[in-house]
Parts: sequence; structure tokens; C-alpha cells
Amino acid sequence: MADSKTPNLDELEKGPWPSFATEIKKAAATKANAKGLMMQLERSYKEKRGHWKHGGIVGVKGYGGGVIGRYSDSPQENPEVAEFHTIRVNQPAGWFYNTDSLRKICDIWDKYGSGLTNFHGATGDVILLGTTTANLQPAFDELADAGFDLGGSGSALRTPSCCAGQARCEFACFDSMALCHELTMAFQNQLHRPMWPYKFKIKMSACGNDCVAAIGRSDFSVIGTWRDSLVIDQAAVKEYAAEGLDIRGRVCEPCPTKCLKFDEKNAELTVNAEECVRCMHCINAMPKAIAPGKERGATILVGGKAPIVHSPLMSWVIVPFMKIEEPFTEVKDLLLKIWEWWDENAKNRERLGETIVRKGMRNFLKAVELEAKPQMVFQPRANPFYFWWPDEINSSDPASEETSND
Amino acid sequence: MPRTDFGPPKYTEMLPPVIQENYGKWKYHEIPQPGVLKHVSETGAALYTVRIGSPRLLSIDFLRNICDLADKYCGGYLRFTSRHNVEFLLSEAQNVDPLLAELAAQGLPVGGTGNSISNIVHTQGWVHCHTPATDASAVVKSVMDDLTGYFTSMTLPAKCRVALACCINMCGAVHCSDIAIVGIHRKPPKVDHEMFAKVSEIPNVVAACPTLAIKPNPKTKSVDINEERCMYCGNCYTMSPALDIVDPENDGVAIFVGGKVSNARSGPMFSRLAIPYLPNNPPRWPEVTDAVRKLVEVWAANAHPGERYGEWINRIGWERFFKLTDLPFTDKHIDDFTYAAPTFRSTTNFKF
Repeated sequence: MADSKTPNLDELEKGPWPSFATEIKKAAATKANAKGLMMQLERSYKEKRGHWKHGGIVGVKGYGGGVIGRYSDSPQENPEVAEFHTIRVNQPAGWFYNTDSLRKICDIWDKYGSGLTNFHGATGDVILLGTTTANLQPAFDELADAGFDLGGSGSALRTPSCCAGQARCEFACFDSMALCHELTMAFQNQLHRPMWPYKFKIKMSACGNDCVAAIGRSDFSVIGTWRDSLVIDQAAVKEYAAEGLDIRGRVCEPCPTKCLKFDEKNAELTVNAEECVRCMHCINAMPKAIAPGKERGATILVGGKAPIVHSPLMSWVIVPFMKIEEPFTEVKDLLLKIWEWWDENAKNRERLGETIVRKGMRNFLKAVELEAKPQMVFQPRANPFYFWWPDEINSSDPASEETSND
Repeated sequence: MPRTDFGPPKYTEMLPPVIQENYGKWKYHEIPQPGVLKHVSETGAALYTVRIGSPRLLSIDFLRNICDLADKYCGGYLRFTSRHNVEFLLSEAQNVDPLLAELAAQGLPVGGTGNSISNIVHTQGWVHCHTPATDASAVVKSVMDDLTGYFTSMTLPAKCRVALACCINMCGAVHCSDIAIVGIHRKPPKVDHEMFAKVSEIPNVVAACPTLAIKPNPKTKSVDINEERCMYCGNCYTMSPALDIVDPENDGVAIFVGGKVSNARSGPMFSRLAIPYLPNNPPRWPEVTDAVRKLVEVWAANAHPGERYGEWINRIGWERFFKLTDLPFTDKHIDDFTYAAPTFRSTTNFKF
């Protein structure tokens, strides 16, 4: 290998974990632009820096996003990647595929692109990595014929994503895949035509384990929960006990509210449902014996985002419990109200959570017509600096004082 | 007119018959061995899932190969997880072992279930991003080469979620991970005044700076940077290519620990700074792989069963964490940004 042109990538082919370098080399065997990527990346490893320029505006007819322009900063050295754009393709809810569909994507990307992809990007889209400006429209046209549409980019609704939900999980408290698909279909215009102050992300997890990290990175997070008591199957509890599970130590002890009691003599587990915060720990530990309650739905939280630019924020509870049932009108109406307020009040490149911090939660709640509830906060304020609405204060006008004294 | 706004394919077309028939009816699941899940329905039907790690950056050859395997063993159905793993969905129990044998022969690691280190969620890095402070794929490959044994087993105290972002934009839920590797810059951007005037919008660039370090300069039709205020976030560089912040000699990675998104037991937590800087050392980033291994092993040796990274630290205290990991605590660890004050200790209760 002494005369190899890619010693760094060669090194990265070694070892037990599947190698991205091998993937690039496979594509480079037949595609000139993948080979260009390989050579530019090798140079990055030598120079310890990337070699991509800021994007330019590229796209396909009828859309304001879904394609990210990418250009090499040294096209004279790597002319094959002078243009190396990304196409974001909206994934099917839950990232389930039949092989016919997946092969169609492969064939289209074989024909028009580098043959390299991401399954998937951080937001959830299929990422088709690397093509020319001229190939964007024909590639999209064939994707459309195969039933695949573009995802979101820029200051738009980003492609919603969700967990596997009821398709493969007994913890699911609502149909996350149906909700994800329905919201994606209902808001195609917001998804494909950037028109807002900044990006807006929707993610839904069907239980508090939050497998799509909705609470940490989505402006609108839907997280499954229930309102009644979790359901305990005592026969299955006895089986776990007989198999040697330390129910007191591993299940009851870590319970954050100590609402579970285990009677070791009778191998019986009971819950004080009023004290339970539905954290999922006991269900995770004993999935055969404990299930979420029967009255299922979701908690709606808003404002989650990564650190850029004023700090990371975790989504905050605004609706402690909502039934999540088709046609999901309540969720859609709430989203429309939130977008109206945010679009009106946000500064350029300000995420929803940052706008709420700047304008005050009380103003946000009033605009979206939600009442204050104790579930919304960890604790009430410790300072006396709060506002009153005008209609909450007795008017100084003597005429109205008279009537109020009646 | 081209066809637009028709949306993604309906997920119901993508589900194997065993899922269509048992949608919403799953009763419980087991993990018969690392990387294999068995879901059982109220109807008695069973679904077997075989999970493999992938490099996320996939060629169409890789995709066609997993399609071949799914056609052979799964009736033509598969899925991907939120952590870039591939899942084969089998309705026939007798197909599990032959599939596992074929995956082993191809060198594809089976695992990522239960108390393991699952695949590393990561960004594009030098492969395709225009503002990275480090690479993504090579760091991930190097860390996972070292930790593959924790992917294919379930021997840790709890699950451990590792993530990497190649700059502090932190695409993905990196900031809520048990171990987060984040690309950082350490020097203010250099302003190319001539280029700036041509390609930038001054108000947007000024507004992009969270520390108000950028001022317009009417003379140059450009901006000036108060370098003492700059904490190198690169948000201005996102707005203007004339503010190049990339510096091969000083860029590198930071490591944050103790975050989680799950609500199980304790609520979700942000990851917090453990190691302020490690150098970019391609192609294998040995300083990073050593640091991550050490962080994993100290937790594994000291946490109670079931304790996530952040839960363990909350129990023992951060002062004890720095002692056990033998990591230096510096002024970089003390917050001085937007929400710093609540992180200062306002009690005499602490450990020596």
C-alpha cells in the first residue's frame, strides 16, 4: 500500500466496525464524483480541515427547499465535486421500507448521483449525497415517479419524524406513525416552502422513553403517556420473581416517586397510581408484567433545540394530556396557532423556545389559548415581578368602581 | 407543471404482513440475545428483529446487499433506527440463525440492544459539511472500532448513548447524550473585508452573534470583531463565508457527558462538559478514542445496575466524577454563558 493515494482512508478501512471509507471506495469504483469526494476527503485528513464552500441556491421546480447546494472550495483540484449537492428525501414514517422501494432509490441514485447516501440524516430524511445542478430535476422527477417526495430545509417545517410506535412496540401510547404521516401530509406547503423566521421541527415518541429524542431537539414534541393507572399482571410478576429478578432492588427502589410496593411473600406488586409520574422505568424493567394504562394519549411540549445560539433548551410541557386520535384536529389546530404567534413575534433565526423566553410564557400561552397548569413548571417563581392583564385589575374610573362595589 | 407536495409513501405500504396484522396489538418483548428482539402479540404471533450497526454513510451497494438479505429472510421488509442501525424484520423464527450466520460472514456487527453502546448518531464532518470543526465519520469509525465489544454485548450498567457533532450547531440530539463528542473552534474568525462586502448582509451577521462581539464598520462596508468577546461559536460563519473560523492547528473536539432524553426514572438531562479540548489527529483520533473508552470504563466500574451516565454522576456528585476519572477541572468547566448562574453551587453540601 506504500504507493496508495489514500493512505488515511486505507487506514480507516481496518477494524471491526463497518467502514464508511469502504463505502466511499465502493462508490468511487464506478462514479467519478465519488472518486472526487474520496480524494478531497483524503486531503482533509492530511490538512485537518474541510473543503466545502457555503451553499448556493439550487432547487427543483415548485419547491423552496429540499435540496442543499454544496460546492468544493478547490474545484481546480477536484473538478468532479465542483458541484456535489444533497437531496433530502422524506422518509416513510418510522423508517420502514419494502425492498422494492429501497431498490428504486438505489437505481435513481445510481443514474443521477454519487451512489452515496445517509440512512438517515439527523432530522430523519433519506440523504442522497452528491450530484450536479443539472441532475437535480431529473433525479427528483424519477423519485416522484417512485413515490418519494422531498423533505424540508431552510426556514421551513423540517421533515417530521417518529418512533416505530404501534408498529413494533407494546409501550406505544398513541399511533406515532399515523400522526407523523398525517402532519407531514397536512403541512406540505410549510414543509416545502420556507416562509418562517427559522426552522421548525416536529418529533413524536409514543412513550416517555422518547426514542427519537423529541424533547431534546424538536420545537414541537409529542410524547406518549396515559392518565389512569399502569396495568400490572400479577401472574407475570410471579414469573419474573421466580426467574430471580430483584423486583424490590431493580424495580421499586429506582422508582422516582416510590409508588411501587413489592410484597415478597406473595410475589405481588402494587402501585399507588396517584403518585406515579409514568416515567417508564418499571415497564422497561418488566415489560411482560407492567403496561401503560388504558386511557392513553400524549403530553405536548414545545421549545426544544440544540445549543446554537443562546443555549440548548429542552421542550416544556404546554398540554399535560391530549387524546391523540385521527384525524388529529386538536394537534393540527394547536400547531397553526403556535406558528401564527411565532411567525408574528420571532426575530430572524430565532427558534420557538427562544421566542418564548424573550416574550414570556404567559404571552405565548394566551396567544395559543392555553390555561396555566402546575404541570407546566418544576416550581413557581421565587420573585415578585409578575404582570397583571388589564382586565384583572379594578379600573380607577369612579363610575366603574361604583358598579364593582355593588 | 411538475407534480409537487404529494408527500412520503404511506408507511402502511412498508410494513411486513406480521406487523400489519398485529399493529397496535404487541403485548411484550424479550431480548433473546444481543441484537435480537422478539416481540409477541396478543394474537400469539411473534416478530423477530435482528439489528446491525451501519456506518450511516452507505453506498448503494450496501443498500442493495441488505435488500438481498431482507428478500431472502424477511419477505422483503426492513427498517432503520433513529441511531442509523439496520433492522431486519423476521416473521419466521427459523430464519434468525441463518441470517445471523450470513451477517457474521459479512462482518456486520449484530447488537445495539439493552445495556449496550448503540451506534453513534453523527453528522457529516469533512465528508460533506461546510462549517465543521472536526470530521465525523472517521472519529465515529475509530471510537466504534474500539467499542464494538460493547455494541455486541449487554454487559454495561445501562444503555450508553454516544453521539458526535462536527461543530457546535450540534445537528442531532448530541447535547442530550451519555457521551457527546463535539467539534470546537478556539480562535475568533478572520474577516475577509473585501469578500465580506460582496457576499454578506451586515444586519444578519451582527444579529447572529450571541455575545455582541460583531460591529458594523461603515468604512470597509464590512464588520469588526471584538476578539475578547468571541467564544468561537461560528454562528457568524454560518451567515457569511467571509468570516472563516476554521483553523487546522487549533480546532478539535470537546467531550460532554451525562445527558439523556428518556424520562425513565430521572427526567431528560443535558450533557455537561468533561473534557474541554482534544486535538484533531486524523485518521484515528487516538486521544479521543482513549478518552471515550476511559469515560465508559469508569462509569461501568462505578455505577449501580440500571444507572445511566448522568444518573450515576448525580448520585456521586461532579466533584467525585472528576476525581474518579482523573480529569482536570478548569475554568472552562464553569459556565459563563446565558443560563450560568443556576449552575454555581449555593450550598455548603459537597464532597472533598
